[in-house]
Amino acid sequence: MNLHSAATAEPTTIRGGVHNTLAHDSAAKHATGAAIYVDDIPEPAGTLHAAPGLSARARARIKNIDLSNVRAAPGVVLVLTAADIPGTNDVSPIGAGDDPLFATEEVEFHGQVLFAVIAESHEAARRATRLAKIEYEELPALLTVDDALRTQSFVLPEHVMKRGDPVSAITHAPHRMKGQFRLGGQEHFYLEGQASLAVPMEDGDVLVHCSTQHPSEVQHNVAHVLGRPNNAVTVECRRMGGGFGGKETQGSQWAAIAALAAVKLKRPVKCRLDRDDDMIATGKRHDFRIDYEVGYDDQGRILGISFDHAARCGYSADLSGAIADRAMFHADNGYFFEAVQIRSRRCKTNTVSNTAFRGFGGPQGMLGIEEVMDAIARERGLDPLDVRRINLYGDAPRNVTPYHMQVEDNILPELITQIEESSAYRRRRQEITQWNRQNAYLKKGIALTPVKFGISFTTTHLNQAGALVHVYTDGSVHLNHGGTEMGQGLFIKVAQVVAEEFQIDLDQVKITPTNTGKVPNTSATAASSGSDMNGMAAQAAARKIKQRLTEFAAEKYKVTAEDIAFLPNRVRIGNQEVPFRDLVKQAYMGRVSLSATGYYRTPKIHYDRETASGRPFLYFAYGAAVSEVMIDTLTGEHTLLRVDILHDAGKSLNPAIDLGQVEGGFIQGMGWLTSEELWFDEQGRLRTHAPSTYKIPTCSDRPADFRMQLLENNPNREETIHRSKAVGEPPLMLAISAFRAISDAIASIANYRILPRLDAPATPERVLFAIEELQARMEAAE
Amino acid sequence: MKKDQTRPVRFLLGDERRELSAIDPNTTVLTYLRRVERRVGTKEGCGEGDCGACTVVLAEPEGDRLRYRAVNSCIQFVGALDGKQLLTVEDLAGSDGMLHPCQQALVDCHGSQCGFCTPGFVMSLFALYQEAGTPNRNRIDDALAGNLCRCTGYGPIAAAAKAMKAAGQPDRFAHRAPQTIAALKALDDGAMPHLEANGHSYFAPRSVEQLAQLLTDHPSATILAGGTDVGLWVTKQLRQLGPIIWIGEVAELNRITVDDRWIEIGAAITYTDAMATVEAHYPDMADILRRLGSEQIRNAGTIGGNIANGSPIGDSPPPLIALGSRLVLRRGDRLRELALEDFFLDYGKQDRQPDEFVVAVKVPVAEPKRILRCYKISKRFDQDITASLGAFALTLADKEVEDIRICFGGMAPVPRRARQVEAALKGKEWIRENVEAACWVMSEDYAPITDMRASARYRLQVAQNLLRKFFIETTEPAARTRIVVERRAAHELA
Ligand SMILES: Cc1cc2nc3c(=O)[nH]c(=O)nc-3n(C[C@@H](O)[C@@H](O)[C@H](O)COP(=O)(O)OP(=O)(O)OC[C@H]3O[C@@H](n4cnc5c(N)ncnc54)[C@H](O)[C@@H]3O)c2cc1C
Ligand code: FES
Ligand code: FES
Repeated sequence: MNLHSAATAEPTTIRGGVHNTLAHDSAAKHATGAAIYVDDIPEPAGTLHAAPGLSARARARIKNIDLSNVRAAPGVVLVLTAADIPGTNDVSPIGAGDDPLFATEEVEFHGQVLFAVIAESHEAARRATRLAKIEYEELPALLTVDDALRTQSFVLPEHVMKRGDPVSAITHAPHRMKGQFRLGGQEHFYLEGQASLAVPMEDGDVLVHCSTQHPSEVQHNVAHVLGRPNNAVTVECRRMGGGFGGKETQGSQWAAIAALAAVKLKRPVKCRLDRDDDMIATGKRHDFRIDYEVGYDDQGRILGISFDHAARCGYSADLSGAIADRAMFHADNGYFFEAVQIRSRRCKTNTVSNTAFRGFGGPQGMLGIEEVMDAIARERGLDPLDVRRINLYGDAPRNVTPYHMQVEDNILPELITQIEESSAYRRRRQEITQWNRQNAYLKKGIALTPVKFGISFTTTHLNQAGALVHVYTDGSVHLNHGGTEMGQGLFIKVAQVVAEEFQIDLDQVKITPTNTGKVPNTSATAASSGSDMNGMAAQAAARKIKQRLTEFAAEKYKVTAEDIAFLPNRVRIGNQEVPFRDLVKQAYMGRVSLSATGYYRTPKIHYDRETASGRPFLYFAYGAAVSEVMIDTLTGEHTLLRVDILHDAGKSLNPAIDLGQVEGGFIQGMGWLTSEELWFDEQGRLRTHAPSTYKIPTCSDRPADFRMQLLENNPNREETIHRSKAVGEPPLMLAISAFRAISDAIASIANYRILPRLDAPATPERVLFAIEELQARMEAAE
Repeated sequence: MKKDQTRPVRFLLGDERRELSAIDPNTTVLTYLRRVERRVGTKEGCGEGDCGACTVVLAEPEGDRLRYRAVNSCIQFVGALDGKQLLTVEDLAGSDGMLHPCQQALVDCHGSQCGFCTPGFVMSLFALYQEAGTPNRNRIDDALAGNLCRCTGYGPIAAAAKAMKAAGQPDRFAHRAPQTIAALKALDDGAMPHLEANGHSYFAPRSVEQLAQLLTDHPSATILAGGTDVGLWVTKQLRQLGPIIWIGEVAELNRITVDDRWIEIGAAITYTDAMATVEAHYPDMADILRRLGSEQIRNAGTIGGNIANGSPIGDSPPPLIALGSRLVLRRGDRLRELALEDFFLDYGKQDRQPDEFVVAVKVPVAEPKRILRCYKISKRFDQDITASLGAFALTLADKEVEDIRICFGGMAPVPRRARQVEAALKGKEWIRENVEAACWVMSEDYAPITDMRASARYRLQVAQNLLRKFFIETTEPAARTRIVVERRAAHELA
């Protein structure tokens, strides 16, 4: 079934309902260049352009700031500083007051915004920013997690989760070990950079077109900066050219600069960041140091474990609290710990403030435990898969998480069995071991790792969503909701839900831009929750209208509600059938409201952060991947040869869209763990601030052999929208298998009995040094 | 240069003729498209040639056919459009809205998610579509290496590249080719294209004589070849250049000649155009060129520019120096020739006067006894700048090293030969002990730096290991030693 199939007179199904494999609603527009992004909106006459002036020190007191040359530069119309802000100089997503729009007395990272130039062209504005004369008094800067731990510098207090008595469990375990693992951050590298176009309206109000995952928050932040109520600001977003978490909070600053200038000058102002400025001045995935101590038995079963997470948050809190929490929520991945403590410290450093990124801390937490799994396997001389298996969640009492939630929907044991067989893991493991004996310079490695990812915002109140549905008198439908489209296919999924509900063809449902004037007080499109929540809200709105149509039809045709059924593009009323559009028209003539809002709040969830216990998640999404790699022991270069994935999307709303998330997420995760390296110099300057130096995967980096599958016959056990599961974030973590496979290939040179010291990302340099370090340990042992 | 010898820059935008004369020559094609033509389908993702979102296709006559090249519009200046047909994503669908096969294939294969990279991919696919035959996986990877996509993971896009020619028919561009060629030929009258605005002038000399004269008249002019470095001076360093002298239309610099001693590659020859000749003589060097930049970069960038820019991390100098290549320079009427390695004096300093230009690089033809092996180390295989690149040219007499020339990039302020290592090996037996001993003197040749691409320690270690690898490859031919080869082979099977 697809959109192009010919319509028949009385179709038995609609075109484009739920569970269909459909192309992205904008696919043809993407391919013809007709899809409009913020920078493509025809500029209203007189549009000006903004560019930010960035700090050139990681931490310094501003002794003097002389912008006279900037003001005098060709094309410059206005230079904005903190003094121009009528409202609050803060764009913190949590109202923490630590994210100034413009820094004033002190700068806290290299690249912090000090001022903004508004000029006749984008280039004139950028050129002028470089003419500022700023005198800095340098202050000692903390750049790394270790710097922050040493000086006890934190953005938020530490947090601990605990169950049982891990200290005693570890002490009494037959085997114990300690270790440390570091993992790097990640730049989002959405292809479309941050962009906002602010258009002044009457009364000093402003309309902002913004590339954002969170229009409501941009609205609120712009209003705060302007010192106006929220109703003075409207934010709209048709689509983003990628988000990945990087446009959850990071759009506010540029929107506020554009809005401030637009209101002041009464001219439209666009703030579109140059790629370098974007990479320097916006937050990234948190890098972590993870220390662990674990006690286990002969089979590798964990008896007690303690994790110490240290996250580099950068100079401000942003969403670091919730992100570091989610890392803790995923420190178990799919494994049961009899006794466990997870401590998390949120390090304040003089670097850009780190932020949301697909997985939101979850991937970092999971990497920690997957390192431990390999460590135990090497020490015990077991296949890492066997250690993973024996530790999986199971029946009570082995079904309680470190935060005291019962895992009720665990499917990992069966899922792993299925992929272990379909990928021929055991046979290939043998073949690889054999291959490695025969090849001196190149080595292969293989790893199977699972994913269990909790679905819901862990900040409970965010789990609400709204939608607005209009049915026009010709039967066409206008759909709006609080979710934003960043490529993940949210808009088409929700449209499918509405089409299904009304039983009309998908092309009758118009997808419209997210707009704070239509659906207010929304949550970010994040936490993979987009289609779960907005799908439900839109369904609720459609059901209200359906209910009214039903009541109307029952009365008009003098039948009972049970005699009315919505069939494809028509409605059966008693023993006659009326086209949907005709019934709609009749309802209008009968003065029935054909517009409704819909609302959804996720049921069942609750969480008490004080005691670190509750049910923060409605359900879990699962998956597993097997990766096979080859490494070069002389250079550390490596490549991914084959990947098998089995992923759980519940009863998928749109398998094509979901597989797209799986494949794209895996490759993005692989980039994070292999070639993507954020490199700061000793002055705290990010030196990998452009695609020339920051290397995301290219086409040839995808595995030679890639076998992906969605788990079949697997409806969500919870009552989610058509029993589907969230799929935005979880697949990213399948890429941990690629990292573990590299570690496995290195371990082959020590006969799989020593865990290589390999931190992420596994650049050729880290791989080569891990090999050398391993060889040195072997020699020392001899 | 007298005014009457010049003419405007002329090109076709789609099928419409355009003439530019009073436009700032610093204007990039992307800026021109988005602001002047209001064609906003072409996107900016980075402004430095690395992401491919801005990819457009240039068509130009080659005999009785059209040749199509994908380039990065963000770093090409409008002057480089002269004599070409500029095609953008807006040009591909028919007037009836029917998608081009490459667009349709992308839709059918679910090749877009956020869609921001898509116009660029469409144009790269369109250029690939114009090649004969159905591309295999490696060709697809090469053709798409310059287009980044953060959403899809590339699989669906590569699938579209495979599927797009299923229908197999020539597209409407092929049908219209005779008219397009005629229209393109009608643009030129032999005069010199010239632009002038905002005090910045631009000349595109047609002959080497004109070029020499222009440089004598404007010694401070910027010589522009493919613009893959110069473009970034404007988009990233925000410099305003002028006068600019483009060598792309200088007939004599657009030639490759081969005699029994030398392969002479003209300064305006792009990597793409040099590929077949290099491949025939030095397959290993061709592998380096294949990984240099991307298809779009190779379609514009020149080996001449890669030398003239004096970069310590240019990929072509190390193999060229290892082979003993020579550089031909001209200033006014005076031609001179020097060993390529002597051109690089120090970081940012070359043996070239401001008004002197590179005419050609002369590469010795392959010799049966000489083995050339090149290894490029970078964080990513495709389209990445070198951390360390080693080129080894060895001639053995029996088991003895008759001659060895080793040159590394990324290890010193300039591409530099490992003279101590060479000395340690020359005349010695080609055996492991001697190679190990030679590795120890590598640190006398190089004191590399630590930067974002690699640490000094890694660079030195890997340089030694590359010498070891070279030894292994020359003595254990059956050993599997190269990830690049393995992955290409694996992809070939896929
Ligand atoms: C995205 C991207 C990826 C890249 N990847 C690589 C890579 O992997 N490896 C690599 O080595 N390089 C890489 N480069 C740089 C490489 O493309 C350039 O160094 C290129 O070779 C320069 O040639 P060009 O023709 O573009 O020169 P231009 O940019 O036109 O000029 C470069 C310099 O040479 C001068 N010049 C050019 N021609 C002459 C002449 N005939 N006489 C005198 N001076 C002259 C110019 O004035 C200028 O100073 C990359 C560049 C980009 C943008
Ligand atoms: S915009 Fe990125 S390559 Fe041109
Ligand atoms: S589809 Fe989003 S970057 Fe390619």
